[in-house]
Amino acid sequence: MVVPGYERRETVAFVEVKSPPPPANALSGAVADVTALARGLGVTLGYMFQKPVTVQYPEERPRISARHRGRHELERHDNGLEKCVGCELCALACPSKAIFVEGAENPPDAPVSIGERYAKTYIVNMIRCIFCGFCVEACPTEALQLKKVFELADYTRESMIYSKETLLAPAPKREATDSWMPG
Amino acid sequence: MPDETIMDGLFGLDGATWDIILAVITALIKAFVIVNGLLLAFAYMTLTERKVLGRMQARFGPNRVGPFGLLQPIADGIKLAFKEDVTPRQANFWVHMVAPMMALIPALIIFAVIPLGPEMRILGQPWTWYVAKINVGYLYATAIASVGVYGLVLAGWASNSKYALLGGLRASAQVISYELAQGLAAMTALVLAGSLNLYEIVNQQVSSGLPYALYLPFGLIAFVIYVVAGVAESNRAPFDMAEAEGELGAGFHTEYSGFKWSMFFMAEYVNMINISALATVLFLGGWWPIPTDAPGFIQGLGPIVFLIKIGAFMFMFIWLRATFPRLRFDRLMSLGWKVLLPIALVNLLLTSAVVALWPLGVWPFAQ
Repeated sequence: MVVPGYERRETVAFVEVKSPPPPANALSGAVADVTALARGLGVTLGYMFQKPVTVQYPEERPRISARHRGRHELERHDNGLEKCVGCELCALACPSKAIFVEGAENPPDAPVSIGERYAKTYIVNMIRCIFCGFCVEACPTEALQLKKVFELADYTRESMIYSKETLLAPAPKREATDSWMPG
Repeated sequence: MPDETIMDGLFGLDGATWDIILAVITALIKAFVIVNGLLLAFAYMTLTERKVLGRMQARFGPNRVGPFGLLQPIADGIKLAFKEDVTPRQANFWVHMVAPMMALIPALIIFAVIPLGPEMRILGQPWTWYVAKINVGYLYATAIASVGVYGLVLAGWASNSKYALLGGLRASAQVISYELAQGLAAMTALVLAGSLNLYEIVNQQVSSGLPYALYLPFGLIAFVIYVVAGVAESNRAPFDMAEAEGELGAGFHTEYSGFKWSMFFMAEYVNMINISALATVLFLGGWWPIPTDAPGFIQGLGPIVFLIKIGAFMFMFIWLRATFPRLRFDRLMSLGWKVLLPIALVNLLLTSAVVALWPLGVWPFAQ
């Protein structure tokens, strides 16, 4: 499958760098050197009048790309049922063994997910997680997503272990993106 | 001093004695203002440098302490004052302690001879914008500046550290090498002015209506050489071999910390101001284009023009630092000895010939 914008491009192996021809005499060489120095000065002066690229983080929010791999979230269907069917493929895919899933039979009278099973326990250890996104790729029901939230620091180890309640998207329906965050 | 003093006979002292007392008091006040002004300029020069370097690297520079980071130098000063002052056990204690002072004090006293503005009368009283008007003003400035390099050499030696010693040796070799080219370039201006008195040099340029840097081509060549040598003289990038951090740690001040270190820091920046001021006097005509004998109010603009010129030089120092990589030491030496010195020498000879052949003050190449 070719994702639009990600088509295979022609790659340039080497760019031939032409060394400047040797100066004809000492004077023209000196003139060329001084011109080069002046051009260098022009570059720095030009940058001085540009807007700095610094994002002054706490006051300014950074632009987060659509494919950013941030905090985990367990998605729901529009009817409020969980997408996760407790298959544990995410836990198997995880290279740092950060995910623990305990599946259980889905009670027919009060279904939690749409499948035959659901995740009774779903724990992500955010200290271990390396945000590689393999769990998201492994998920057959697209239940697990990595969102744009990146401010995950906390003061205790215990608070870094996210339970299912923390990870689950709020019921029944919400915006797929974090609307408070630009980009 | 007043020509007819009203204090004649006051406290039983005659007018001449009062003139001396008042002259001493005025000089002391001026010295106090100049030294503190230089140190204040140093403090805000560090902020300006960090700001401008930041903008040239597409970032902001310090902007957290106070509005636009304007209180940053105060925060830095407090930090430096309270830092531990370490003297290495193997260091020569007294030399280690005296070296920073030997670097800083000459830097601070050079400014005494810089004429910031024309002699004028304020409220009918004569007023001068310098502490001392001495006939060997330029000689005084270079002599004192040469003492400053002892501070760097002694700091390198007394630290008993190989990096510091190498930095000190480099500093001395570099400063001595570039002093030649700088002195010869300055002599071009001195030959044109026919005087060593800095006030007279400025006055010549102002009255002839053209600063020596525009006396084409010799004045301009001398000016460029003077500025290049001045950058080397103040151990600034791209000639900061004495503190090439990639190879020497921090060079001569590797073993310094706290207030002694900040004295070296001050010396470097005050030297930059001094070199800018001397270049302004010698080549940019000081308060030119303000006429020396203008009416009082316009004369008062003289120091402002002078300070603007110094500011332009200071910006140039920062600009060079932001742009150019450091020279290799042997190339630095060959630039000084094989390029700048011969050009300055020939330039001086030709200027002297022209000055000798035409009557003083008439310049055939002036535009």
